[in-house]
Formats: sequence, C-alpha cells, structure tokens
Amino acid sequence: MDNLLLARWQFGVTTVYHFFFVPLTIGLVFLIAIMETLYVTKKNENYKRMAKFWGKLFLINFAVGVVTGILQEFQFGMNWSNYSRFVGDVFGAPLAIESLAAFFLESTFLGVWMFGWDKLPKHVHLASIWLVALGTTLSAFWILTANAFMQHPVGYVIQGGHAEMASFGALIGNEQLWWEFPHVWLGALATGAFFVAGVSAYQLLRKRWLEVFHPSFVISIIVGVVSSILVAIVGHDQAQYLMVSQPMKMAASEALWHTSADPAPWTVIAAIDPAQQRNTFELQIPYALSILAYNQPHGSVPGMLELQQQMQQKYGPGSYIPPVGVTFWSFRVMVAAGVLMILSALYGAWQMVRDKLLQSRRYLRWMLFAMPLPFIANTAGWLMTEMGRQPWVVYGLELTRDGVSPTVPAGEVLLTLISFSVLYGLLAIVDAYLFVRAVRQGPEPDGEDSEVPDLNVAPL
Amino acid sequence: MTLNTLWFMLIALLFIGFFFLEGFDYGVGILLPFIARTDDERRVVINTIGPFWDANEVWFITAGGAMFAAFPNWYATLFSGFYIALFLLLIALIGRGVAFEFRSKVEHVRWRRFWDSVIFVGSLLPPLLWGVALANMMRGVPIDAHMNFVGSFWNLISLYSIAGGVSVALLFTLHGALFISLRTDGVLQRRARSAAMGVGAWATVITFLFVVLSYLETDMFTRHGVDPGAVPILAGLSLFSVQFFIRAKRDGWAFFMTGLTIILSTITVFMDLYPRVMVSSLNPAWSLTIYNAASNPYSLKVMTIIALTVLPLVLLYQGWSYWVFRKRISAEHRLEY
Repeated sequence: MDNLLLARWQFGVTTVYHFFFVPLTIGLVFLIAIMETLYVTKKNENYKRMAKFWGKLFLINFAVGVVTGILQEFQFGMNWSNYSRFVGDVFGAPLAIESLAAFFLESTFLGVWMFGWDKLPKHVHLASIWLVALGTTLSAFWILTANAFMQHPVGYVIQGGHAEMASFGALIGNEQLWWEFPHVWLGALATGAFFVAGVSAYQLLRKRWLEVFHPSFVISIIVGVVSSILVAIVGHDQAQYLMVSQPMKMAASEALWHTSADPAPWTVIAAIDPAQQRNTFELQIPYALSILAYNQPHGSVPGMLELQQQMQQKYGPGSYIPPVGVTFWSFRVMVAAGVLMILSALYGAWQMVRDKLLQSRRYLRWMLFAMPLPFIANTAGWLMTEMGRQPWVVYGLELTRDGVSPTVPAGEVLLTLISFSVLYGLLAIVDAYLFVRAVRQGPEPDGEDSEVPDLNVAPL
Repeated sequence: MTLNTLWFMLIALLFIGFFFLEGFDYGVGILLPFIARTDDERRVVINTIGPFWDANEVWFITAGGAMFAAFPNWYATLFSGFYIALFLLLIALIGRGVAFEFRSKVEHVRWRRFWDSVIFVGSLLPPLLWGVALANMMRGVPIDAHMNFVGSFWNLISLYSIAGGVSVALLFTLHGALFISLRTDGVLQRRARSAAMGVGAWATVITFLFVVLSYLETDMFTRHGVDPGAVPILAGLSLFSVQFFIRAKRDGWAFFMTGLTIILSTITVFMDLYPRVMVSSLNPAWSLTIYNAASNPYSLKVMTIIALTVLPLVLLYQGWSYWVFRKRISAEHRLEY
C-alpha cells in the first residue's frame, strides 16, 4: 500500500472513531444542562441525581472524544503536510480559533463542574455546565467552518501556489457552513437524546430508579422529537444546496450516471456497476427526485458522466467521479436511520400525550435498540460528505493525492495506522465496559447529601 | 514590530503557558507512584491537578493550532518531520487522558494500578520527547530546499537531545513536587518536599550540562557570543535558588522559582531560534523563518484581533478556576472522584 492510501485510511479511521464520541458529547452535555437547570429552578434533588448520573456517563465518553480530537487536529500536519502548506493560511485559522474559543472554555469549566459541586453556589455551578455546552457548540461551529471550506472554498485567493485568506467574513458566511453546522449540531442533539432515551428505557424496563429515569426519558423524548425532525428538514435543504455547490456529489449519492429525464425519478435502491459506469438494477419512484431536488414535480438532475465531461474541460484530464457505491449507500443508510429516529421519537411523544409512556414494554425495548441509530446516521452522513467530495481534498482546488506528506515513509504511516487502530479498539472495549457498568450501578443513592428527599417527582 | 514577530511571540507565549502549567501536571503524574502509597493518597495526588490538567493540555493544542494558522509551513514541517516522536507523544497523551477518567470508575486494585502506571508513563514520556524536540529545533534538523524534513526518527536521537529530554523531565518533576507540596498537607506534603530536594539537585546539574552542550552543539555561541544576556542567566539563578527555598520550607517561593526557570528557559529557546522557526542543518538558506513560513498579512491581522480578544478572557477564567480550588486537599475530607 502506498503513502496516500494509508494516510487516507488513517484519516478515515480516526475521523469516524472520533465522531462516535463527539456528537454524544455535544448532545449529552446539553441534556445535562437542562437537568441541572431544573434542579436549580425547582430545587428538587432528584434532578441533581439525574445530572450527576448522566454526567458520569458523559465523562467516560468525553475522555475518549478529547484524546482522539488531539490526533484529529495534528494529523493534518503529520500525514497531510502538503495540504497544510497549501491551505493553512485559510484553514488553520478556524482550527486555532476552535482551540482558543472552544477547547479552553469546555475543558476549564468541565473541570470546575466535576470538582465544584460542593465548592460553588448553585447558579455558578449551573453556569459552568452551560459554558461547557457553549464550548462544545462553538467547537462544532469552528471545525465545520474549516470543513465547509473543504467542501465549498470561499474567501481566498491563490497566490504563489497556495491559498491565502482574502475575507474572513466570507469564510464564516459560507453558505455550506450554515447548512452543515445546524445539521451536524441537531444530529448531535438527537444522538444525546436517543442515548438518554435508550439507557432510561433499559432502567424503566427493570423498574429501577423510576424517579430518575422517568423524567430523563421524558426530557429525551421531547429533545428527540424536536431535533430529529429539524435535522431532517435542514438536511433536505442542505441536499438542495448541494445540487448547486457540488452537483457531482449529489449525482453520485443518487447513482445517477446520465442526466435524468424531466421529471426525474428517485432511485430507492440500485445495483451499481462502477466499472461499466451503469446500474444493472434500479427501483425507482417517479417524480420523486425532482421534488427532492427542487421542491417541484419537474426539472432534470445532471448525471455523473455529463458532469465528468464538464469538469474535464474545466480542470483538465482525470476522473472526477467519487466512489459511487459508498456515496449512494451511505446516503440511504443515513436517511433510513433518520426516518426511524423521527418515527421512534414521535411515537414516544404520542404515548406521552396519552400518558402511557411507561406502559408499552415493547416500545421501551425498541428504544433500547434504537440507541445506535443516530451513531449510524452520523457516520453514514460523514462518509457521504467526505467520500462524495473525492477526488478533491478541497473541492475544485486541490486533489487529495496532492495533499499527502511527501517525505514521511509509508512504513511509518502504516505503523501509526495499525497502532492507533489497535488503541482505538481497546479503548472502545474499555469504554463500553465502563458504560455498561455505570448504567447498571445507576444513580447515587437518594438523600446522600440532599436537603429534601422526594420520591414522587412529576416529570418536568 | 511586524505581525510575523508578534505571532512568533504569541506562539512562544502559548508554549510558555503549556510548559508552566502542564509541566507540574506531568510532574505530578511522574511522582504519583513514588509519593502516594495508599489508594486515598493517590486520589489526593491526582485531585491536586484533577480540575486543571485538561485545560492545561489545551495550551499545547492551541499552540499547534496557532502554528497552523500563523505559520502553516512551520506546522507542516514540524509535524510531518517529527513524525514518530509526535506519534509517541500522542499515544502518551491518549493513554494519560483516558487514565485519569477511567481509573476511578472501578474499585479494584489491579484496575487502578494499571491506569496509574499508564498515568506514570504517559506523564514521563511527553517531557522527554519535548526535551528531545526542543534540542533538535535549536540544533537544526535535515530540511531540504522544499521545507521537507528528510531525516528519520534516529536523526533526532543524540546525547545532546537526550540530555535535553532528561533535563526537561527532571525540571517538570521538580515543578510537580513543589505543586503537590502547595496543594496538600501532612505526610504527602512532607514526601513531596523530600522528593523536591532529591530531584532538585539532579535537575540543576543536568540542566546545567544541557546548557553547556547547547553552546557546543548549536549556533548559540556564534550568534550571541559568550554572554548570553540576562534571560538565560536569570533562568539559571532562579533554578539555583530553588534549593534554598526548599530548605527554608518556602514552598510557594520554590514553586515560583521553578516556574520562572521554565518560563525563562522557554524564552531563551525561542530567542535563540528567532527569526528562524525550523533550522535546516543541510543549508542555512533552507531554514524556515517567521517570513517564509508565515500566512499572509491579512490572515495574521484577523488572527491577531481574535487572539488578543479571546486570550485575556481565557487567562481570566482559567485563573478563576485555580482560585476556586485554592484549598489544600487532604484525605480526611470527602474526595471527589
């Protein structure tokens, strides 16, 4: 294997792994902040136990997210030094701002929150968890500013063989960013909600600590409904924006080799033959792609082969078609997982309105198994975004193969790829073990340091 | 002063913050198996840095991000060049980071002993690697005309760079011992003080040796002459004074002095580099400087405005977090896990 392929694998493995933990961090801290707000405003100790219990799970997750994040930031320099030289002038800024404005905030106030329960006035302690939540959100914003530049470069000029920042305003006003950021952030919120819902359902099935897990379940269903519906709406708009900004990615995600008929049918599933550049089997719904792409029952969608010709005229000879199978299927997996999430959350909300939330054991069991859905959707979404951008590392500006570090020996990349992968695997096992253990142990016993023990808590 | 010089100084400042703060964190991790004997004692020692270590580490991540933004070529050459060293550093940081979180979650002797040893190794390896890296940055490494590092990991290992690594590790251990003596009382404080006594002498000797070697191995002598100026001399004096303050049981002053040593030594390294950021041992003309490695003036201006707005705020709330946890920790009180 050559340097390029190894470096790409390392980036893929690290990013996918890192992004198992990050959305849970962003979503969970938000839910914990809500719980602690309820504790402070309602002065009910059970909400404190809730915040502490979920806080424990949060910390197990946060640790791995942070340490893999360091690698995420540094592998640009390690494996992609030519890329770093080419775009560092523009791309480095959001990364530096992320550290300055987000990492300091979340790490400092998380330390204050963890060790400050007995040392700070309640409202100051509450403020610190909200500042952690703000930090994680800012972190998402700035790293996505960097990613949006890779998808849709703006605010730069090419000078002396590399990109130079020309407008910081354009960089953070990038339309790509303003679709991507809410989409990712809402997805993270849904991840947190489904995680809390799943763990709560597990405990509710066993009828344990109802006073903690019933309100947790209610909060998570409410957040889950709102976030899973909004993430889909934003995602739909984002896809329409992609039609304009990265038509090749959209064509690949629909396995559309030739420009479609007008009106365009939507391919639900297909058997893709990338060698022959055609699909051997397609299951289609008429009109649907036009509606998805333009919100109207007419209009054709450009196909990959036609786009390929246009891009060759613009950028010179070469193949500009991304890996179609991965892009096509990851898109479908993401959408399917998203639809299941919406239905699951809505059903829960309906049960809640009828006051029957805890009665259906089948639903509780389903919510336990629904926990992986947002993780699947997150991963599939990023695979589609990043694989669909290939062969570019910065769309239209630099090819992935030109970004790799030229003098790092392939053997060293292989060594680090294997070592990090093994380490990730081991950490995942330990993390899973600690999660299960912490969930089984449940919240701290009631009244440990409480003023008013109260077992009959109405949710919200 | 040009923006290039300002950013060189800002990155120096971030490294100073990192070495000063994470210096005692590493020291505490290195001393953990030696001065804490019972499980409660270990918890106390870890809790001395518990609320802080993660934010302290962010100084390094920010320094890396600032290099990327202000001097992309410096970031690219350093991180791809010191590849294996950085790999080892990352493994250490990953292990250490999760160990702090994981160890307390299971009450089992072997579980805790395992993660404690991860904390020890994960705290010892980074200062060794930082010393090796700094020594090589001062002496120069094989960098070609295209700013690419063309050596291997073994080019970085020499008597000189190892002396650098050992000296940094000892300095940080001393710094950590003094930090523990400030944050605890009773038996732990006594053990921390005696550890500081033992390590302090060695730290002074090896650091002095490293300075002598620097005169022989780098171009410090030809660039600045025999007289190194006030900063390195004060760094040396503050290190010598630590011995005196430890004996006088003035822990606060002793800690202040090791901090001063770390700050002034870091300034010395950056002064020695200036205006270069990566010295080429193949051809002085191929060295990276604050000019040929830098981002364009507009980018630097934007980053200057942002950094000068945000950094004071960071210092303010990070300082506040130390004030919140200013009380000494002892095993008689309820310990946070």
